[in-house]
Amino acid sequence: MSILTTLQLLPLFGAVVIAVLPVRNAKLIKQVALGFSLLVAVVSIIMALGFESNSGALQFVESRAWISAFNINYAVGIDGMALALILMTTILVPIVFLAGWNESENGRWSVKTFYILLLILETMMIGVFAATDVFLFYVIFEAMLLPVYFLIGGYGFGDRAAAAMKFLLYSLFGGLLMLAAVIGLYIISTNQGGGTFDITKLSELTIDTATQNWLFLGFFIAFAIKAPLWPFHTWLPTAAKSATAGTSTLLLGVLDKVGTYGMIRFCMSFFPDATKTFTPAIITLAVISILYGAFLAIGQKDINSLIAFTSISHFGFITLGIFALTSQGLTGAIFYMVNHGFSTAALFLTAGWMIKRRGSTQISDFGGLQRVTPVLAWSFFLAGMSALALPGLSSFVSEFLVLLGSFAKYPVAAILGTTGIILAALYVLIAVQKSLHGETPSSSAGMVDLNLREKIAIAPVILVLVFLGFYPKPVLNVINPTTQSVMTHAGVSDPVAKVAK
Amino acid sequence: MDISNYIYLSALLFTIGAIGVVVRRNAIVVFMCVELMLNAANLAFVTFSRVHGNLDGQVASFFTMVVAACEVVVGLAIIVTIYRSRRSASVDDASLLKR
Amino acid sequence: MVTSSNLVFLIALPLFSAGLLLLLGRIADKWGHIFATLISASVFVIGLIEFFAMQGRDGEARAATQKIFEWISVGSFHVDASLLLDQLSICFVLLISGVGTLIHIYSIAYMSHDHDRRRFFAYLNLFIAAMLLLVLGDSYLNLYVGWEGVGLASYLLIGFWNQKPAYATAAKKAFVANRVGDVGLSLAIMIAFTQFGTVTFAGVKESASGASAGALTAIGAMLLLAAAGKSAQFPLQSWLGDAMAGPTPVSALIHAATMVTAGVYLITRSNFIFDASPTAQLMVVCVGAITLLFGALIGTAKDDIKKALAASTMSQIGYMILATGLGPVGYAFAIMHLLTHGFFKAGMFLGAGSVMHGMNDEVNMRRYGAIGKVMPITAATFGLGYLAILGVPPFAGFYSKDKIIETAFNAGGTEGILLGGATLLGAAITAFYMTRVIVLTFTGTKRWDENAHPHESPFLMWAPMAVLAVGSVASGFLLSSGSALVNWLQPVVNEHHEHHAEEFLPPMVVSAMALAVVALGVAFAVLKYRTVPIVAPENVSAFTKAARKDLYQDSFNEAVFMRPGQKLTSGLVRTDNKVIDGLVRMVGWVIQTCASSLRIIQNGYVRSYALIMVFGVLALVTAVWMVTL
Repeated sequence: MSILTTLQLLPLFGAVVIAVLPVRNAKLIKQVALGFSLLVAVVSIIMALGFESNSGALQFVESRAWISAFNINYAVGIDGMALALILMTTILVPIVFLAGWNESENGRWSVKTFYILLLILETMMIGVFAATDVFLFYVIFEAMLLPVYFLIGGYGFGDRAAAAMKFLLYSLFGGLLMLAAVIGLYIISTNQGGGTFDITKLSELTIDTATQNWLFLGFFIAFAIKAPLWPFHTWLPTAAKSATAGTSTLLLGVLDKVGTYGMIRFCMSFFPDATKTFTPAIITLAVISILYGAFLAIGQKDINSLIAFTSISHFGFITLGIFALTSQGLTGAIFYMVNHGFSTAALFLTAGWMIKRRGSTQISDFGGLQRVTPVLAWSFFLAGMSALALPGLSSFVSEFLVLLGSFAKYPVAAILGTTGIILAALYVLIAVQKSLHGETPSSSAGMVDLNLREKIAIAPVILVLVFLGFYPKPVLNVINPTTQSVMTHAGVSDPVAKVAK
Repeated sequence: MDISNYIYLSALLFTIGAIGVVVRRNAIVVFMCVELMLNAANLAFVTFSRVHGNLDGQVASFFTMVVAACEVVVGLAIIVTIYRSRRSASVDDASLLKR
Repeated sequence: MVTSSNLVFLIALPLFSAGLLLLLGRIADKWGHIFATLISASVFVIGLIEFFAMQGRDGEARAATQKIFEWISVGSFHVDASLLLDQLSICFVLLISGVGTLIHIYSIAYMSHDHDRRRFFAYLNLFIAAMLLLVLGDSYLNLYVGWEGVGLASYLLIGFWNQKPAYATAAKKAFVANRVGDVGLSLAIMIAFTQFGTVTFAGVKESASGASAGALTAIGAMLLLAAAGKSAQFPLQSWLGDAMAGPTPVSALIHAATMVTAGVYLITRSNFIFDASPTAQLMVVCVGAITLLFGALIGTAKDDIKKALAASTMSQIGYMILATGLGPVGYAFAIMHLLTHGFFKAGMFLGAGSVMHGMNDEVNMRRYGAIGKVMPITAATFGLGYLAILGVPPFAGFYSKDKIIETAFNAGGTEGILLGGATLLGAAITAFYMTRVIVLTFTGTKRWDENAHPHESPFLMWAPMAVLAVGSVASGFLLSSGSALVNWLQPVVNEHHEHHAEEFLPPMVVSAMALAVVALGVAFAVLKYRTVPIVAPENVSAFTKAARKDLYQDSFNEAVFMRPGQKLTSGLVRTDNKVIDGLVRMVGWVIQTCASSLRIIQNGYVRSYALIMVFGVLALVTAVWMVTL
């Protein structure tokens, strides 16, 4: 059993352990859950240390027969992109546990169920990035929806049942299209010497243009719903409004990355020709997402839906970088995924604390928090600065790389995307001004600042954002080989500078 | 032997049973009508068994009887329970599933 | 070119101090301000050491570099976190850390009653670090980090008293206006990378001449946009007046002496781009000329002493930008004016702060008057700064500003006459509004508030003012004697001493003309402000009304960008709810409607289900029969 499988099974084992603990002892359950998530984080870091960063090949590969009739295997393995995303996941989960220590207590079901769901979700989140069998990927991709459905519907706020349903139906619709495409791929592979779901073999198939286009769309729409790209985005604000801070963090920070991850891993490697056909349309959608998300974020009154719309804008940047198909754009986009995970985590968690203390999600209900709760205010401010990609924070490096990479091939799209940074300044600073500055209303005067647990939860997030802002090299080194192999497979190379030295 | 008579009888019994199920309200009677339909099928099985000269049809009719016996046990238990809770054995009173 | 291992400390020290003071919180309240000041002073000392080390080396070898670590490396895009200290950046390092230290000292006293003094000093150190990174970065991307860093520090400091909504709004406005400029800088970097495959100054300089005119003009225009955002130049100048919401030492350091001059640095640094693109240069001089008049005109009507000085800053930076657009001859004069302006304007801002300190933070000059008698040191230092900005010989401004006017005239042809005329006109208006400030504040009759008891400021405040006043007197002479600064900067800006064959006017004549218009301006102001009403008169000329409203810049921005933007936003929010989400909900509605009509069949009666089953079987049998027929 490779370390990758161990890593996947650990949270599941944790869920089983929690299942036998007494329901009443909520504190013990939380401690055990936190302990397991920390253990997972440690194991993932050990795995990362053993990762050969110069190679673009899959590592820690393991394959076991699952349904041999259809040649379906439990096949896992990771490259640099998957490693970066798995590390992000395993680091975020304990932070989410610690930050939302009490958010499981007002749910429809017990604290126990909450942590079982979250640990099962962690297993799946690791699995979805590790899977190298398309069928396995598909199964996890769909199964992942269920824990999130219950987490939103059972532990959220407001119209949580409707939000959970909307999320589930949207995602199932996308998943269905993808299933059709997966079956289509399998049939094609059967005709070309043996049915397989192995992604390496599938990417070597020769598929005629029309079929490629249809199958590409099947995959792409599923991923565009997941990563929400305009106009498939409306489930996200609803879900973010109703979910708890921790759930939103994992939903936007990790689950949605499966969409952009899938675009690179599947759309590009299976259908290189269709990718080229659809690139102009996708770039257009990405630019619309950037600007549309930013404008909508400016207009939001609810703090959670504001964060959701900023994410739509950021997913626009990621998609732009991916389909620009230059090494800067692609590396920037993958790095952006990691940064966006931490950046959104910081935003959702700090906003969650503010909401919990004030009892309202309306931005206008806050004010003058900087005088009352300086540490919370600073954390929120830094999270906002990361959202507007301030140099010195990691999101700047990725956003700049994306824009730089796309400028060489799609200057108009890049220029429009660059104007998004003005809008980003607006949506962040308006929210900052309304919530942190100005006179402190009497309703907020009694708010307490972050306690030690919350400080411990937010500190690593901010540390990662600052550290990777100044020294992104470790992550870029891991991502670069993936970028190179994707570009080689797609048969594209970077544009050359016009004036040679 | 003219098998068509047996088939006619079987069809007749089945029709009576089917009409009974659709028309009658009393659960016991509906239940008996269901039994009638099953037995109509048994008759057809046995007839064809005789015609084809093998035992397949007879075996099938035994299966049907066993299933019918089980069904009686479960069905009667349900009817008794419904009668206890509703003081009526009319099938129309047990229309809870539509809600 | 030598390598030096000291450069990193110039940035690391203040950055560390800022982080430390912010993280420690209230624990550092007692010593935070002293610590920050010492850090700033030690940065100045390191700067001096480096400066003297530079002088010990020969012209070409004077520049020093230090590679700290490899920052970004993706594909063919490589950017190192490395620093470059050359003849140009050392001027800035000394100005930033020197004036910065003086202002730290001043702030110890100025902010002594503020509850959050430690936080203020942390922000000041953060600013010093970012500004030094801006001038020391060896590539456009490193510069960009400092560029946005000073924007952040400026945002934090303008909004230092952000409990007042107007101040918080001013901070936000400054940040957003700067971001518009940042878009320009980002795009310039992207164009540079696609053209040259590198973003280091050295790399771009090497291959700049090979690029097409269009590309160079595009880069130049984008750099100019960036400079306009940061240096409050037309059309992005509207934030500077509001930025005066920050504490006065901030206005002196960031919004007069250093940060707002970053645009001049950027253009001077990119001289190889502008020298190769006459179109971009033309844009630069136009922006400079417009802004220098724009700012000067606004300055004539402001009653708020800080806003009057801010308008003046805008106008003076207009001079510098104009000079940078005049080609190789102009850069050195722009930098010289930048340095002298750093002294006299910072000194005057500190003087204004000193007056405010004594007058219960009153900023309205109509409530001042006759302050010269009670605050003699402030009045004297302010007066020296005043003489310097007017360009009276032998004060600093005379050397720097007259050179710019002279160079503008020498640009040749109609362009030269227009630019020279604009600079002369600017000088006259400058004389008018600065005299107005002096008359309203220091002379005339008392118009004080009843509670005002003005008194001279403490030593810690007037000492920095005195030092800056000495600079206002002597810096011009020192920098220009024997063309010291021009020769010093020569390796950076590539001036080949190709003296213009025909000088439009001899220098003496230009100086005489400048002095004459200045005298006119002064005289006009003295005559006009013999009596000053406490309440600003309402029935004034349309021009004064316009100048009071910043020549309608804000109204224009609000009408053209803000309100349509808000309409667009609210429209999009409605569209998103109604149309896009509406479509999604419609799918649900259709399914629900179909389902509820089918539900009628599900009446709950077993017999009807049985009947349906019978019909179903019949239908099936019929179908099979039909098929097999």
